[in-house]
Amino acid sequence: MTKVSKDIVENIARLSRIGMDSQELELMSRDITSILDFVETLESVDTESVQPTSQVTGLKDVWREDKVNNCRITRDEILANAPQTKDGYILVKKVL
Amino acid sequence: MIDLSNLGIHEAHDLLQNGEVTCRELVTFYLDRIKKLDGEIKSILTLCEESSLEIADKVDAKIASGQEIGLLEGIPYTAKDMFLTKGTRTTAASKILGNFIPPYTATAISHLNKSGAILLAKVNQDEFAHGGSTENSAFQKTTNPLNKDFVPGGSSGGSAAAVAADFGIFSLGTDTGGSIRQPAAYCGVTGLKPSYGLVSRYGVIAMASSFDCVGPIARSARDTEIVLHAIAGVDANDSTTVSYQQLTGKRSLELKNIRIGLDSNFVNHTSILEAKKTFETSGHKISSIELPDGDLSLAAYYVLVPSEISSNLERYDGIRYGQVSDKAKDLMDTYSMTRDEFMGMEVKRRILTGTYALSAGYYDAYYKKAMQVRTVVIDKFNEIFKNCDVVITPTTVGPAFRAGDKADPIEMYKTDILTVSVNLAGLPAVSIPAGVDAGTGLPLSLQIIGKLGDDNKVIALAKEFQSLTNWHKLDSNEVKS
Repeated sequence: MTKVSKDIVENIARLSRIGMDSQELELMSRDITSILDFVETLESVDTESVQPTSQVTGLKDVWREDKVNNCRITRDEILANAPQTKDGYILVKKVL
Repeated sequence: MIDLSNLGIHEAHDLLQNGEVTCRELVTFYLDRIKKLDGEIKSILTLCEESSLEIADKVDAKIASGQEIGLLEGIPYTAKDMFLTKGTRTTAASKILGNFIPPYTATAISHLNKSGAILLAKVNQDEFAHGGSTENSAFQKTTNPLNKDFVPGGSSGGSAAAVAADFGIFSLGTDTGGSIRQPAAYCGVTGLKPSYGLVSRYGVIAMASSFDCVGPIARSARDTEIVLHAIAGVDANDSTTVSYQQLTGKRSLELKNIRIGLDSNFVNHTSILEAKKTFETSGHKISSIELPDGDLSLAAYYVLVPSEISSNLERYDGIRYGQVSDKAKDLMDTYSMTRDEFMGMEVKRRILTGTYALSAGYYDAYYKKAMQVRTVVIDKFNEIFKNCDVVITPTTVGPAFRAGDKADPIEMYKTDILTVSVNLAGLPAVSIPAGVDAGTGLPLSLQIIGKLGDDNKVIALAKEFQSLTNWHKLDSNEVKS
């Protein structure tokens, strides 16, 4: 059984940009360990020569002409949902 | 006044066209029911009262001027809060989108708007469709209209509950691992998950893009067929949409000597006994098959879907739209505090599981392995469909469970054990009521699964079953406040 320790969870939480307190990390360590334990049954299948499936319809290379299509959404409509804007731009907190 | 309860699309259409009831009266009937009964059912997140009455008046004016109306024109419906609706709040039942007003409308909703159907309300669901009981909604827990102590199922639990409670004639839901069929089964209504790619996902809040399907929940298979034909079609805004020849052909298929596959594990289930009896009377042949292993399908699903979720949910960053934590001091805080504060535990659990499965060193063991098992499941179905036209199973192992009964995440995941393999293969499947559980008095349902693109066949068989049985004739007058 793969044990996903609190340290590992802390690392993946950081990669996922989810802040978590110690208690949450503890809980997730337990839950993800049991989820991985549950999916361990995958190992019982011989997939030596099996191709992986990432989509089911078999569609390939769906192309369209490289030109701007008729976009009816205005800048103002899009910015209306941004928590903070300034002069028609989205404002973010300081990066460094 | 005419009794407007339990109406199907055709019945409502005839009443409107013949002038026996006005569209305003019809819409008002549902709005009144919602106001009277939803206090306990808690299926509605946003009521579109003003806009629905406005459209109703336009439909009434058209009828009054002597014009013919389309079949869906003036038909009131609800939609899961996963569908973007321009100008109307859309939340995915998550706090992180609690204030989100979409600047555009999902293709499926646009199709229904064009056909004249009337959106009554946006309904509840598990947050971002992560769950099987609608208990994971960040806003409210929906109850099963047939018995308030039980869950309506999920994640499209608001949709199934709304149809069962007669809050509109149909509802639009989404199905990634069973999220249309399982709640339809728990609430005693009909739920259709179309073939993958048949209905555009444009404007549908993404969960797992290679699995997500849009489909209807209604009181009959006949109504789900009408809605499917209105919303299906290739969409330039979703490059994964496909056109299936089967759908463009004639609508009603001749159903003779259908070969039905049945796994011996289910022969004694109430819904299967009922199906055998009914289908053998109509001359179909039932033969023994072996379905892909349920635990294995579920395992592949719970690697692939969280992986796709972890990628799709990156977009909720507190910057471009949605909520932002007011405690954030720098950019890193903006991400991590916002996501901590406004995402629920199950959403976090899935993002973390997916991130783990995709991370360096684990990719082959989990993600790639699960993609290979997905192929094994598809091959198994292909093998089955060499000798069968359709496969039948119970939709769920048992009836709806009591609220709070599945606190353990894996126990919750297992409620989809009979539905997920269908999503791994992208197949069409319909869930129809086919019996009652003796212990709880709650419905038990039958799942009919077809080959990719055989949507019309599973619907036709479901319609045949419903023409010979009464299990789907749920009486909403039984739903009391």
